[in-house]
Amino acid sequence: MAGTALRGRLTWQVATVLAVSVETPSVRTIMLDVPDWPGHQAGQHVDIRLTDEDGYVAERSYSIASAPGEPVALTVERLDDGEVSPYLTDELRAGDELELRGPIGGYFVWEPADGGPLLLLAGGSGIVPLRSILRHRERTGSTVPVRLLYSSRALDDVIYRAELDKPAAGVEVFHTLTRHQPPGWSGYARRVDAALLADVMWPTSTMPLAYICGPTSFVEAVSQALVQSGYPPQRVKTERFGGTGGT
Amino acid sequence: MDAVDGNAIGGLLHEVFGTEMTTTVGVCGSCGTARQVGELVVYAHAPGTVVRCPSCDNVLMVFVTIHDRTCVDLMGLAALG
Repeated sequence: MAGTALRGRLTWQVATVLAVSVETPSVRTIMLDVPDWPGHQAGQHVDIRLTDEDGYVAERSYSIASAPGEPVALTVERLDDGEVSPYLTDELRAGDELELRGPIGGYFVWEPADGGPLLLLAGGSGIVPLRSILRHRERTGSTVPVRLLYSSRALDDVIYRAELDKPAAGVEVFHTLTRHQPPGWSGYARRVDAALLADVMWPTSTMPLAYICGPTSFVEAVSQALVQSGYPPQRVKTERFGGTGGT
Repeated sequence: MDAVDGNAIGGLLHEVFGTEMTTTVGVCGSCGTARQVGELVVYAHAPGTVVRCPSCDNVLMVFVTIHDRTCVDLMGLAALG
């Protein structure tokens, strides 16, 4: 029943869009007011449900981009053949209502007590839950050292670019642009492979904790390479978005 | 269609089991591999949702939802929790 969130139950509720901001040509961040929000952990997601006039229902999961304690923000990439994302990125306006349930998930989350050093590996919109982790780290005053390797197609596809250009103390950001590089680009310019990982990853002797998020093919390739480099599988957390996404 | 992982059905599992399930350990009834649900292989676009063992590909769980009713088949699991 809407509006009667029982403790422990996951119930659908209606959120109101506070604002929509442009991240890249195909990506929007949607700030939401969720009246009965119980709070979330960095790395969790929500389910969004759209119902059309015929009663046809489509559900999708979207990672929470904001840190615990901040208003709920979702960052959504437009998939041209998507049933849900084009509505969220193109049609949604401040004041609109949206059905959601959450927060969801306990596996792909990070708390300062989990420690590090952290190796964050993002493909395309896989950056979203990792951005929540970065903001949570900063807001809690954690000094856990972080290296973020972020694979995008082109510089224009980099989400949170301004924020990532000014990382907090103790955070190093590495970009790789797999399809188009601007003139004078000094970052990496290929898909993440073992050699690239070896450049940026923490040595296994430091007992690092890795979080990998992105399209399934990206996550599979990167997690296998990382485990082959000696990272214990139980220290490598993965979240697969499916699809092809932009990496 | 690409597989995703157990994180993607955290909402469905919470609805079915009444609690967060992605950190719960599932044991494959075929090969005995024990993994947290978040690590299992999920095909969410089959007619229904099919969860497979990441080690041997055995079908562990199947969920089919029609008209707000969800049928759950856990026959491939030796243990959950």
